[in-house]
Amino acid sequence: MTERPTHEAGWLEKRLPIVSVFRREYVDFPMPRNLNSLWSFGAFAMVALGLLVLSGIFLAINYTPTMADAFASIETIDRRVASGWLVRAIHMGGVSMLFATLYVHMGRSLYYGSYKTPRELIWLTGTGLLAMVMITAFAGYILPWGQMSYWGATVVINAVNAVPGIGHPLASWLLGGDGLGDVALHRFYVLHFVTAFSILGVIALHVASIHVSGSNNPTGVDPQGPDDTVPFHPYYTSKDGLGICLFLAVYAVLIFFLPNLLTLSDNYVMANPVVTPKDITPEWYFAPFYAILRAVPSRLGGLVLAAGSIAVLFAVPWLDRSPVRSARYRPLLKIALPVLFFSFFMLGMAGMHAPTAPWLWVSRLCVAYWYAYFLIMLPLLPKIEKTYPVPVALQGQN
Amino acid sequence: MRWMLLALGLLGGVSAHASTSEQRGFKVFRQVCSTCHSLDHVAYADLSGLGLTQDQIKEYAAQHQVPDGLDEDGDPKTRVARPTDLIGSPYAGEAMARMANHGSVPPDFSRRAMTQKGGVAWIVRMLQSYAEAPAGRKLPPGSYYNTAMPHGHIGMPQPLHDGQISYEDGTPATTKQMAEDLGAFLEWTARPHLAARHLVGVFVLLYLAGMYVLLLLMKRRVWSRLRQTDASRNF
Repeated sequence: MTERPTHEAGWLEKRLPIVSVFRREYVDFPMPRNLNSLWSFGAFAMVALGLLVLSGIFLAINYTPTMADAFASIETIDRRVASGWLVRAIHMGGVSMLFATLYVHMGRSLYYGSYKTPRELIWLTGTGLLAMVMITAFAGYILPWGQMSYWGATVVINAVNAVPGIGHPLASWLLGGDGLGDVALHRFYVLHFVTAFSILGVIALHVASIHVSGSNNPTGVDPQGPDDTVPFHPYYTSKDGLGICLFLAVYAVLIFFLPNLLTLSDNYVMANPVVTPKDITPEWYFAPFYAILRAVPSRLGGLVLAAGSIAVLFAVPWLDRSPVRSARYRPLLKIALPVLFFSFFMLGMAGMHAPTAPWLWVSRLCVAYWYAYFLIMLPLLPKIEKTYPVPVALQGQN
Repeated sequence: MRWMLLALGLLGGVSAHASTSEQRGFKVFRQVCSTCHSLDHVAYADLSGLGLTQDQIKEYAAQHQVPDGLDEDGDPKTRVARPTDLIGSPYAGEAMARMANHGSVPPDFSRRAMTQKGGVAWIVRMLQSYAEAPAGRKLPPGSYYNTAMPHGHIGMPQPLHDGQISYEDGTPATTKQMAEDLGAFLEWTARPHLAARHLVGVFVLLYLAGMYVLLLLMKRRVWSRLRQTDASRNF
């Protein structure tokens, strides 16, 4: 498209063509011209993750993974390490920002059918990334060794223990025998790092597969020619840049003016195995799954339902039989999917309340809808749904 | 960030002479509360965040002894505390604290403002809610009538009395005044960098606002090219 600089034919280019590949994939790369701002959430997730990794490295320098010193080392970071309070706030705020971004990012995929052929691998790696982020966040939340760290981990370990056969050996293999103690804390510290850096690797796969199939767009119709696309730079670099600015503003408001939303105050009490907190509440981003865990009176049943609610996502590209990608042209999905989003939100609310009526029934109803949507509606809706005609070109669809 | 903090100092009017509510609250802590309550995670040097001078901090630290390993006979040794030491507990250990307080440990003050239900407002109210127990009301041994407590009694005897201490700045040391000052001090121990946090936040948001305007102009300009090509094609 633009004039190629001569150095591309130079020494480096012959041996490793990173400059021309970068130009092809990140400058000239054709993008649909009609992407809306929901398509910026992938970039937001990258920014949040980058800040998490960077701040995490600085936290790790000052953190001590032992029962005796973990809590005190966090206090030292918050009080005495130069700008430690800021680095920690960026890390804690980053988790919430990342989860919020991922939920919107996945919701966008579900709405515009971005998981359908030929983008199944993008969806699979993306859902895998969500699971990895959850494991990383869970391990990370244990590290400050506050009351919620300890008792939140206890809830999850009890759930793992409930798996028949392998549950108990798996839990003691993870924890290293002496329950939730020094060995376990050190392991969670390592797990937090290992999964965090593995996430970077899986993101590379996720992004690489987008560069093979190209981005989906709000119509779900593939670009038909050069009139339907614009080069990634400067069109989407300028659009994403603007979005990132807003994203960072929300992030900044959270960490500078609403820091109390970042964590539960109970986590500023050091872990005490003999004092159970009055109610064990998860962080908001785990609340929907916590509600599912408690929706049925059986521990194993709850675990199966909660794990299944994520596992079912992996099957979505094959559950949805409709040839039309975007919900814009699917009148029934356009109703069913927002109800799913609302159920997810209500599960989150239920997860932050005690599991008694009416919240117990709210979570039961919502989890039933969650499974009904994926297992019944996605495969069967196309049989009764009369889709609207899809546009032929992307021009004028902005 | 140093110049930002300097700006904060000027804006907030932290000077060596006027005493702030937090500083008076520290005096209440030092003369009253610290007889029983600990500050496990706050170091003497951290008090510079309240506006205390190095000399004041050294003088305060020097009044305390901290464990210093074992001597040649294997007996525990102590030394004079240094500014980098944690303020810690007035008791040698948890058992000592329990023994002196009817079996319970007086809560640590480091994050009390965050972890106490009702926060500082409740603590300030509780400190002023001591009264004579109504006739016929039986209190458990070692507890005192306090209307702020859910069960009407508390293990701590009334700590604050009018005129108990004297403030250097001449503020009358009423129970209410001391309770409020202590509340301000607890707010500071729980969130020691709150003022800097807000200030940095304002700078960050101003920067992002400026950045947003520039990026918006750039984005509009870039995307207008597309509209122009569309227009030239359609005509």
